[in-house]
Amino acid sequence: MRMIIGVAFIAAIAVATPALAQHDHQGHPAPVQPPPAEAHAQHRMEAADGDPHAGHDMPAEPATAADPHAGHQMPPPVPTETPPAATGHRPGVPDPPVRGPSAAASSGPAHAADAVFGTAAMAPARAIVRREHGDITSGMILIDRLESVLGKGRGGYAWDAQGWYGGDIDRLWIKTEGEGRFGKPLERVEAQALWSHAIDPWWNLQTGVRHDFRAGPDRSYAVVGVQGLAPYWFEIDSALFLSDKGDVTARIAAEYDQRLTRKLILQPAAELNFAARDVPELGIGSGLSTAELGLRLRYQFVPEFAPYVGVRHERAFGDTAAFRRARDERAGGWNILIGVRSWF
Amino acid sequence: MTSFVERRSLLRAGVVGLAGLGVTGLVPAWARTGSAGLAPAMPMLSGEDIHLRIANTHFTVGRRAGHAVTVNGVLPAPLIRLREGQNVRLHVENALDEDSSIHWHGLLVPFQMDGVPGLSFPGIKPHSRFVYEFPVRQSGTYWYHSHSGLQEQQGHYGPIVIDPAGHDPVACDREHVIVLSDWTFLHPHALIARLKAEGGYFNRRKQSLLGMIRGGAEESMSAADRAMWGRMRMDPTDIADVTAATYTYLVNGHGPRENWTGLFRPGERVRLRFINAATMTIFNVRIPGLRMTVVSADGLDVRPVTVDEFQIGNAETYDVTVEPVEDRAFTLVAESIDRSGMARATLAPRLGMTAPVPPRRPRPTLTMKDMGMGGGMGGAMGGRDHGSMAAMDHGAMDHAAMGDGATATGPRAAVAADRSGVDHGGMDHGTAQAMGAMNMRDKSLVPDGVKVGVGVDAIAMAPVDRTGDPGVGLDDVGHKVLTYRDLMSLTPNPDTRPPQRTIEVHLTGNMERFMWSFDGEKFSDGVEPIRFERDERARVVLINDTMMTHPIHLHGHFFEVVNGHTGSYPRKHTVMVLPGGKVSFDLTADAPGDWAFHCHLLLHMHAGMFRVVTVRPLDGGAA
Repeated sequence: MRMIIGVAFIAAIAVATPALAQHDHQGHPAPVQPPPAEAHAQHRMEAADGDPHAGHDMPAEPATAADPHAGHQMPPPVPTETPPAATGHRPGVPDPPVRGPSAAASSGPAHAADAVFGTAAMAPARAIVRREHGDITSGMILIDRLESVLGKGRGGYAWDAQGWYGGDIDRLWIKTEGEGRFGKPLERVEAQALWSHAIDPWWNLQTGVRHDFRAGPDRSYAVVGVQGLAPYWFEIDSALFLSDKGDVTARIAAEYDQRLTRKLILQPAAELNFAARDVPELGIGSGLSTAELGLRLRYQFVPEFAPYVGVRHERAFGDTAAFRRARDERAGGWNILIGVRSWF
Repeated sequence: MTSFVERRSLLRAGVVGLAGLGVTGLVPAWARTGSAGLAPAMPMLSGEDIHLRIANTHFTVGRRAGHAVTVNGVLPAPLIRLREGQNVRLHVENALDEDSSIHWHGLLVPFQMDGVPGLSFPGIKPHSRFVYEFPVRQSGTYWYHSHSGLQEQQGHYGPIVIDPAGHDPVACDREHVIVLSDWTFLHPHALIARLKAEGGYFNRRKQSLLGMIRGGAEESMSAADRAMWGRMRMDPTDIADVTAATYTYLVNGHGPRENWTGLFRPGERVRLRFINAATMTIFNVRIPGLRMTVVSADGLDVRPVTVDEFQIGNAETYDVTVEPVEDRAFTLVAESIDRSGMARATLAPRLGMTAPVPPRRPRPTLTMKDMGMGGGMGGAMGGRDHGSMAAMDHGAMDHAAMGDGATATGPRAAVAADRSGVDHGGMDHGTAQAMGAMNMRDKSLVPDGVKVGVGVDAIAMAPVDRTGDPGVGLDDVGHKVLTYRDLMSLTPNPDTRPPQRTIEVHLTGNMERFMWSFDGEKFSDGVEPIRFERDERARVVLINDTMMTHPIHLHGHFFEVVNGHTGSYPRKHTVMVLPGGKVSFDLTADAPGDWAFHCHLLLHMHAGMFRVVTVRPLDGGAA
């Protein structure tokens, strides 16, 4: 039942863009006229020093053929259909109707150069020119967080990284996060392999698999999620997970880069985890299971390299908190973070 | 084949990247500093047979290894000087291990000589040759560059000067070629990879909280406006995709510290032939203390117009004359459009003289107009549909007349007119709140042919004709800046037939994903060509739905930029479309064949902003 909340979160993100798409018909009618200030300014300027007709008088002396400094020898002034200065420079000939090409325009060979160089020579070159104008394959590895986690009675580390490779629309997207304590085996490692498909200018639909190691019993999940950029530049990553044991969980994470200066960036971040029902062997309780708030201050020497310090508050709720207490763990707490953000 | 050049002069000059690319050993004679100007005795390539060799050139700058793709071993490539009316055979040898090509930018040539691999010819295979041969049908300032891969970024560009067959209407005592470009040690593919990873990667001067508190010209935007831009996921400081964070801006191959110097004698009239051969940089050009008289644009003469500054898009050329009378040096400044850096050179009576370099001006910030919100109400009304615009031309200023005008162009325009009526009642222009609430991707504003998908992050709601605007950041610089409306052809336009149909082309993109396209579709998506009937007269309306300036280039033709000077429109091969703006040009499709049509910001083209234009019938095939 509570899983609906998680779904609703994701749905809300997915529709965030269209939701903006409403006209706001408030306000009052404005007078209908061309932009006057600008047009006048233009005329003034031209009259002062930019008037093309002033070319006749350029240079100061009268222009004669014998004068080496004569500049242009002006032909008689060309009659213009509409005196530009008087009409605010509107085009003299109105735009004709929008129409497709005539039949004759579509006649003849499909590719003109084939007639000269032969199709055998042109066809491969044509494939290249097509590929080289838009078909760009690219990739990126982003280590969003690689940090020491310092807190009461614990010292540990955590990471959150992702990488992608592909074209503009379809990409292979890898994500990994995990944490551990210094001197102990890794506590938790999560890896996702996703197919990412761009669904609008800012959002990607991502589906694939996730596998968790060392967090109790290993689990595999099917993943469907939405990742992208929300209005006001919020980076959002949300996903639903269905485990091989039939458990449904959801996660939504958001972060925002507030530039204090051009290089000093304060990044608030939040992550919420939800579960449809208790999963005792993983210590997950139904409903809102955990929440994490972070605040990281990074100095971006170059976009690819930015060390940071930060604080984090993480807390478990409901049965998740109860599971933790049963293991003699605290339900939540504060941590200090020292880390680095990097990409290449 | 590879040559090695030790770059010791750069070591002396200081830190690489500040000192610029010290390519003095690499530069051809015409581009050397201290040049007295183009002289007949100077080694430049002319005549009926010209030999060019494309090769890799490796050089080291301190411990930094550089790699350039050069023509005849120099950067920029050799100056080719031709005469109108001659025939020319250009023997090009490709000594690279990859395909190469040369496109003669702005030259009217048969399509199979235009040099676009996969379109006009198969390309020049590694270690093979190709002979270009064509009659020279024009005069003026042009240039040439590779159309293969991203070799142009690596140095494969050079100037072409064609003397008129008859008398040159531009009289001068001396002339210099000024090739502006940008250099990075990053491989072009590394540039692309960074931009795909982070669209704003090279923008290191974004707005910040402390900046807002401190204020100043670069941070004057109100909190409400910032929120509105943020809501749209648009960055008002995103002026250039690639900036001085990696680029060194060059004049004739010289970095700012190397200070390329062109000589003059006081009292002379000096003609400067500007060519923007940069990969990703639009420049603002000025010479403090000297007014510049623009005498030609894209190679063709215009009525002289005197300005203090002009913006030059990639692949555009402007010839200006200056008349320094004092016996002193003048600094020539070409700042990048985002003002993160500048190319600098000096005009001086003697080598070694310098003038103060003006300080960097504040970074511009995009406005509502750049967002396609028009320039106020007039923009909102006139901008969208051509029908209502025509109505405005006739002085009709009421909604009913607008509706009449709109019906002339069919149902879509009528719908647009309806909407603009609604807008008039409902929109509160200029307030951030109302703007943020609008649909920035309203599909009903564009023809069905425009694919509003992942690659389109915005559609201009009310694009306006911005040919009267000087360019991003130049509205308030306190002196006269050239606009397209200042340009009038010196000679009457050859074809004054009214255009018979309109072709609307939307310039579209996604800043975050670094996707660029026409009509929402990348060339690699497999798009239909834009088809013209031979000799038809048509109007092409370029509508910029993005928030960047795009220099759009059509191969094989000059088109008339519709700027109000009917019959004397300036004829160009490349036209800048300002963000949220539109430009109309009239085209006589008189060159049969297949032609490239693309944004000349090279990485935009590479990302998909490219189309094929066909002109049929070929009439007996390739001429």
